[in-house]
Amino acid sequence: METILTINNLTKKFGYLTAVKDLSFTIHKGNVYGILGPNGSGKSTTLGIVLNVVNKTSGDFSWFEGQTTTHDALKKVGAIIENPNFYPYMTAYQNLKLVCKIKGVDYSKIDEKLGIVGLLDRKNSKFSNYSLGMKQRLAIASALLNDPEILILDEPTNGLDPQGIHQIRTLIKQIASEGTTILLASHLLDEVEKVCSHVVVLRKGEKLYSGRVDEMISSHGFFELKSVQHETLVSYLQNNPDFLSVKEEGELITAFLKEPMDASTFNALMFEKGITLSHLVKRKESLEEQFLKLTDNN
Amino acid sequence: MLRLINLELQKLLLNRASKVLIFISFILPFTVLILSSIKINFFGFFTLELGELGIFNFPIIWHITTFFAAYFKLFFAIVVVSMIGNEYSNKTIKQNLIDGLSKKEFILSKFYTIVLFSLLATVLIGVASFFIGLYYSSYTEASIIFRETEFLLAYFVKLVGFFSLCLFFGMLVKRSAFALAFLFILYIFEWIVFGAATKAFTLETAWKIKSFLPLESMYNLINQPFQRVVMTKYPENIDMAYDYAVHWYEFAIVLGWTALFIFLSYRLLKQRDL
Repeated sequence: METILTINNLTKKFGYLTAVKDLSFTIHKGNVYGILGPNGSGKSTTLGIVLNVVNKTSGDFSWFEGQTTTHDALKKVGAIIENPNFYPYMTAYQNLKLVCKIKGVDYSKIDEKLGIVGLLDRKNSKFSNYSLGMKQRLAIASALLNDPEILILDEPTNGLDPQGIHQIRTLIKQIASEGTTILLASHLLDEVEKVCSHVVVLRKGEKLYSGRVDEMISSHGFFELKSVQHETLVSYLQNNPDFLSVKEEGELITAFLKEPMDASTFNALMFEKGITLSHLVKRKESLEEQFLKLTDNN
Repeated sequence: MLRLINLELQKLLLNRASKVLIFISFILPFTVLILSSIKINFFGFFTLELGELGIFNFPIIWHITTFFAAYFKLFFAIVVVSMIGNEYSNKTIKQNLIDGLSKKEFILSKFYTIVLFSLLATVLIGVASFFIGLYYSSYTEASIIFRETEFLLAYFVKLVGFFSLCLFFGMLVKRSAFALAFLFILYIFEWIVFGAATKAFTLETAWKIKSFLPLESMYNLINQPFQRVVMTKYPENIDMAYDYAVHWYEFAIVLGWTALFIFLSYRLLKQRDL
């Protein structure tokens, strides 16, 4: 698989504070990566380092297997960081023209990309007159100008209203479906869960997990149960080796699975034992629960 | 190089404030020059015609026009500090770098623009002086006309040096207004150094020390022409004699500062986390 970005033992210190600590991971072509972590966990710093705006303290990184210099590599990358930064006195078209000049891209791309993000009819409005959602969409158009090998997005939905968030997510999914590699930094878990195939979890600059999203949610799930024969059910579950643990919350019993088992098999089993269930739901732990577990326990 | 100039010109010319300032810094010295060269009649009381004083004679005209035009450099200095200040306040400097501009290219695009502007200003003053000179001057032999044109070169180097200083201050403090304040502080600082040097050594040594400082070295490139005008009127007055010529070492000092300011701006940007 083609490697786009390799990070080795990257460390960044701001005075006494270590923002990124000995971080290593690799980005392969064609996947959608999420960098997940609470505020201040070093997500933006990491992206800042690989994007040439923050100086590293130690370690190294290489773009496209180290065949080009960083600033040449960045011409093949599309990136937006936190807030969309453009010249307020220029129109959308003029701003993108400037980016074309920097990246060495033909001006004909401008209208095409403005069309993708739905800003074509506003291309001659000044950037300062745009709403936050439009600014964010313009930033995405700008990042797409060079048909990048990889699109880097740092908190792309920060500060947007629900419609804006939805628009941006649809856009990201659409871009991902066309085969563009995406690296998305966010503290919004459902965002990462909905969009990404791989995830790197950071806490205080340290890597806690890196791998596939579905492997991170590694448990076999759990059943939520209710029954009139409450006591019988609990004692049965506690003695069954297929279950890891049982939790009681009032009437609701939560049984965590050790081995995979589907709901109908379980229902049949209960029926056999003469226990009738009034409530049966099988659920998987969400990324959020998994994430909180990871970031709390360490 | 053209790509970098092109980039910077788009940033400047689409901004109304800097467009107006650039326009003023080109047009104003030009207008003043033209106005001063025409005959002004004060309601029949008396006529003022500066041309009569002989200041538009070749070769002294080169000295006079470049000396006065240099004062208008302050307008473009505002443009220079704001072109750095705006990049920081809009955070577009960060986006430029992310988009694939290297830090070196960023500084160079500013520097090339400064050189281009200084060149245009020099050519404009040169052409204007040439025609006004042709009109007024008593001597129009080529050998006299082109004597002392080194003042034009001095003017060019002076502008490049001064704007590089502004560029450095802009990079240093990131805010346009503070950068301009720094210029003023530097001016005062040079006088303090001069004062201290006078106490420690002789007055002569103090002047020598001061001539190595940035602002004074730029000023020294084109010395004040007043004394010279008086000298042409009373050539027998030897006390008035002073050294107004442009010397190679004056160029060397200013070019040295220019190189240092550009290098330091680059170093600053390189080491800074944006």
